[in-house]
Amino acid sequence: MAWTLALPELVLALCGLAILLIGVLPKRDTFFPMAMAVTGSLLLAAVLVLGQQEGVALNGLYVADSFSSFMKVLALIGAALGLLLALDYNTRERLNRFEYPVLVLFATLGMMVMISANDLMSVYLGLELLSLPLYVMAAFDRDAGRSAEAGLKYFVLGALASGLLLYGASLVYGFAGTTNFDRLAAAFAAQEGVSPGVVVGLVFVMAGLAFKISAVPFHMWTPDVYEGAPTPVTAFFAAAPKVAALALLARVLLGPFADLAAQWQQVVVLISIASMLLGAFAAIGQRNLKRLMAYSSIGHVGYALMGLAVVSDVGLRGLIVYIAIYVFMNIGAFAVLVAMRRSGRAVEQVEDLAGLGRTDPAMALWMAVFMFSMAGIPPLAGFFGKLYVFLAAVQGGYWTLAVIGVLTSVVAAYYYLRIVKVMYFDQPPEAALERAPPSLSVVMATTGLFNLAFCLFPAPMLAAAGIAAAALLG
Amino acid sequence: MTQPLLADYFPILVFLAIAGGIALAMVGGSLLLARQKPDPEKLSAYECGFEPFDDTRRRFDVRFYLVAILFIIFDLEVAFLFPWAVALGDIGWFGFWSMMAFLGVLTIGFIYEWRKGALDWE
Repeated sequence: MAWTLALPELVLALCGLAILLIGVLPKRDTFFPMAMAVTGSLLLAAVLVLGQQEGVALNGLYVADSFSSFMKVLALIGAALGLLLALDYNTRERLNRFEYPVLVLFATLGMMVMISANDLMSVYLGLELLSLPLYVMAAFDRDAGRSAEAGLKYFVLGALASGLLLYGASLVYGFAGTTNFDRLAAAFAAQEGVSPGVVVGLVFVMAGLAFKISAVPFHMWTPDVYEGAPTPVTAFFAAAPKVAALALLARVLLGPFADLAAQWQQVVVLISIASMLLGAFAAIGQRNLKRLMAYSSIGHVGYALMGLAVVSDVGLRGLIVYIAIYVFMNIGAFAVLVAMRRSGRAVEQVEDLAGLGRTDPAMALWMAVFMFSMAGIPPLAGFFGKLYVFLAAVQGGYWTLAVIGVLTSVVAAYYYLRIVKVMYFDQPPEAALERAPPSLSVVMATTGLFNLAFCLFPAPMLAAAGIAAAALLG
Repeated sequence: MTQPLLADYFPILVFLAIAGGIALAMVGGSLLLARQKPDPEKLSAYECGFEPFDDTRRRFDVRFYLVAILFIIFDLEVAFLFPWAVALGDIGWFGFWSMMAFLGVLTIGFIYEWRKGALDWE
């Protein structure tokens, strides 16, 4: 049995257990060293993923291919950057317990299991391993009512979504006779027509996964949880888990259920359009930056799903590029949000950014870069993300999708540009925002440079995304 | 027998009768033979750690919850160990090491809760 194929996951799991053990033994606080150890483990896992062979292992439960490698590296980078955002914030807000990095590590392990899942059982296992640490992280500031509420809300709705997914999986198993992706694909390819039970099961599975990527109509938890959770946790929620859940959705739909594309395509088109519309319109009235980012992430998921809705290799490549760029835009914007402090207290309203262009030009510049990039203004990276999904939609003849996509991004540009306007043209209040700590400045600069330089060197990522898409479509 | 299904359930009927009989004998025997000295504590329903009848919105000590969770974890572990022990001959070394890995993870969790003081009542 080729269990060594799952070496990145095994090594990461062992690192997590060792860090939990080492972190709890000393009586004093071990947040910083343990956070560094977890960052090291995530990087080690990324190196192992890059050197990973391809194939199926663990009795067909686990698959490793170019698609899983690309998505895992992306999820690991997103998780590591998300953890860096927490270093300074958690210390200042007295959330510097060493369990935080350990939770990040186990959530990331769950993402890797999801991305490599080749069976509905490992899908569920990975999803739960991701979700349980996320529930705890949302409530990490447990003395604050808002954070506890966010954790509880996320837990109750997440449990409902897991229930939907499990119900769907049991229907698929009942009507198709197996949970293994390869055998499901073979069974659907062999038979004429499709039984309604399988379709109902598939829709339930999709509903469970749509909840995780917060696509409309399963988005209701997102604004409340994003607002209530501590800001670095929100940053983590918005980046890495979305990568894993979108990768899983793409693998489930284009792998075992590829022959049922006629059935699921209309559902994906519907949730893509609904997410784009809601993301564009609901964010307009938001004054809280974290709520605004929540609606923005719903909209971005809609654009990414457009790549899946067109069911083609170009579309899948568009989805992969989009989600990769999304991670770097989002982590960068959240680095600014985490850095927002006035007189020692964290602030999170749009008005708090007023006058930032004069008081802290560097931070304002990076925030402007991220906002322009999210609005999809060339030559920033976000433009190319949208370009490739719209291109795929037009090539596939899905004009409605492309037109709605362009129109909603015009609407969404309003609230992104409003932030830029507030930063550069509004009067600053008495007390300016504090200087960003070095760890956040580094994250802002790195992700900002990625957004600026993507137009110069798009080839490596496009090539890697193309290979990943080809691997999934076989 | 016209209804073999019902006949299959006959042992359960016998079991019910015996269980009911023993319970009645114990309660009735105590009622008839023992000296009765009731007081309010003795007459109230038994409930460990709580007032038996109280407002449902009453707060209770979170430590009860913690103990219950810890109990469930280790209780479930035993529930896994029994079928594993019975089937060990068939599942071989792979099965053996799978369970060892599971127990290892649980042990680390146990060390964590121990160091965190979750096992101390005070």
